[in-house]
Amino acid sequence: MIKVKLFATFREGRQKEVYFDYFEGIDGKYILDKLDIKEEDVAIYLVNGMDGKLENPLNDGDTISLFPPVGGG
Amino acid sequence: MFGYAGKILRVDLTSGTYKVEALNLDLAKKYIGGRGLASKIFFDEVDPNVEPFSPENKLIIATGPLSGTPVPTGGRYVVVTKSPLTGAIACSNSGGYFGAELKAAGYDMIILEGKSDKPVYITIEDDKVEIKEAGHLWGKLVSETTDELKKEHGEKVRVLCIGPAGEKLSRIAAVINDYDRAAGRSGVGAVMGSKNVKAIVVRGTKGVKLYDEEKVKDVVAAKIKMLRENGVTGQGLPTYGTAVLVNIINEHGIFPVANFQRAYTENADEISGETMTRDILVRKNPCYRCPIACGRWVRLKDGREVGGPEYETLWAFGADCDVYDINAVAEANFWCNEYGLDTISTGTTIAAAMELYEKGYVKDEEIKDDGYSLKFGDAEAIVGWTKKIGAREGFGDKMAEGSYRLCEAYGVPELSMSVKKQELPAYDPRGVQGHGLEYATSNRGGCHVRGYMISPEILGAPQKIDRFSLEGKAEWVKVFQDLTAVIDSLGLCLFTSFALGAPDYAELMNVVCGTDFTPETILEAGSRIWTLERLFNLKAGIDPSEDKLPKRLLQDPIPEGPSKGHVHRLSELLPKYYEVRGWDEKGYPTEETLKKLEIQ
Ligand code: SF4
Repeated sequence: MIKVKLFATFREGRQKEVYFDYFEGIDGKYILDKLDIKEEDVAIYLVNGMDGKLENPLNDGDTISLFPPVGGG
Repeated sequence: MFGYAGKILRVDLTSGTYKVEALNLDLAKKYIGGRGLASKIFFDEVDPNVEPFSPENKLIIATGPLSGTPVPTGGRYVVVTKSPLTGAIACSNSGGYFGAELKAAGYDMIILEGKSDKPVYITIEDDKVEIKEAGHLWGKLVSETTDELKKEHGEKVRVLCIGPAGEKLSRIAAVINDYDRAAGRSGVGAVMGSKNVKAIVVRGTKGVKLYDEEKVKDVVAAKIKMLRENGVTGQGLPTYGTAVLVNIINEHGIFPVANFQRAYTENADEISGETMTRDILVRKNPCYRCPIACGRWVRLKDGREVGGPEYETLWAFGADCDVYDINAVAEANFWCNEYGLDTISTGTTIAAAMELYEKGYVKDEEIKDDGYSLKFGDAEAIVGWTKKIGAREGFGDKMAEGSYRLCEAYGVPELSMSVKKQELPAYDPRGVQGHGLEYATSNRGGCHVRGYMISPEILGAPQKIDRFSLEGKAEWVKVFQDLTAVIDSLGLCLFTSFALGAPDYAELMNVVCGTDFTPETILEAGSRIWTLERLFNLKAGIDPSEDKLPKRLLQDPIPEGPSKGHVHRLSELLPKYYEVRGWDEKGYPTEETLKKLEIQ
């Protein structure tokens, strides 16, 4: 299972958390495609809290966090 | 004279008189204005060893050359004084509308000196300045004071004031303007209180002269476009405010929990920007001419509509106290604005007190008459203690001194998560090495807005750099610190820097003031300002051994979450930082550097 956590405007029209069944080769690109999120709209893509690459295959049990551009304070 | 108003209002509170002086334009250009120029004047006029609450300390309220102009976010002002919290030079910065109004009244800055023997307030209506009795305002909350002064002087005036916390010399007291905008940090409100000044009321109708009006129009339009098109300033901050950071910082595992004992929580979403927007947001609450409009207006549980909490506040009263109740945090924030308290230092001092209690240093008998617990996670307590700190009642009296003095009184100053006695903000530096270097070297003590390294290390602006690596961090921190000094001196909001860079700021300065800054020379001015502040601190007895972080952050690895296992590696970063600053290996600016920067 892969857990995907969505934040900020990515929650509009979607759940806060979405789960994907794991299969060999599943990656960030596949997940974005299924969620109907454009790659260029993703400012931060974390795999288990670390910066990840969309094209790298994921492992069973990974948690993904997705953010659009956000700001500081 | 363009951009600058050309005048300084100097008020001698001891004699109850004032004079208007001409601005030294050459000096102004060398130090830009705002933070830079006020610091230079403070440096030249005030003995660094002055006692912060003595009449010999001064308090400068300064606008920048772009304050009150059409340049977006030009409503800001700074408060420069010697801090009663840190003993260092303080420069606290605020938005709202007061800064632009002061400039429109024809003043670049106000210098308050001496001490009044009774409470007073100052009114400024263009050229007409009066020092008035404030006996009827003393003891009043910020909204009461502001309402009363607007009743006496008209709806259109802008009011800057202190609350009861500043009057009672709390070392974490803020100066508040326009009801809910704060020059929050370093206890500047207490210095105003020590001078017996309750408020400053301003009405300005003169406006600001621009060097090239046509060009200003074009350049401003271009910069507004850049701000609108940038993801952070055009989308993230407008939609959620700074609170959007709660989840993002937590997901990186650098969201301090329970006084920095942990750095990740499953409950962050309860106090996030997303939750605030969904549950309590009423509308946006922007500052003067700001297309970003990150400020929030929220509804409290009792129905009152008030200024909403920033990211730092949501964290300080929230996760740092292990509280995940957004209504309680919004209420604590409201009382900070009413009593005139810095939200970061107040929330984190409560968090430190909670750890003192948890570890058995503070006993039940000490707080039993106060009616609030010091247990982590007690939402009712954060609101209760905030009021007690503001009024200096019961145990709140001890907390009003800030977390360092509180923990020191129990023999464990290391439990205060502070640098140079000022409380750290909402990012655990163990998982962001550059940001930790910025904390350790900040001239005003623990602070995130002297060089916001979260921008490159987490948010990827202007580019993404590895947050755990030490590579290049010293250089990054220097550039960010220098650029921030420029922005604070121009009179603009730091948040513009997500979209704008040194070339943009130089261009804006040039079209407004007729100067000929290049990106390089404007950054050099930033470096000059930074180094001058450093010199003041060294002369004030804050030696480079104070460039440090709390022991916990250097020795104890983060126990859980995405940044698990990391500590901050300050000792590996500092030598390089001193080198890129042109300071000797002990951390003192070299003669050569001072000469190059034309200081002294
Ligand atoms: S970005 Fe936010 S803090 Fe800055 S000027 Fe605009 S509303 Fe004020």
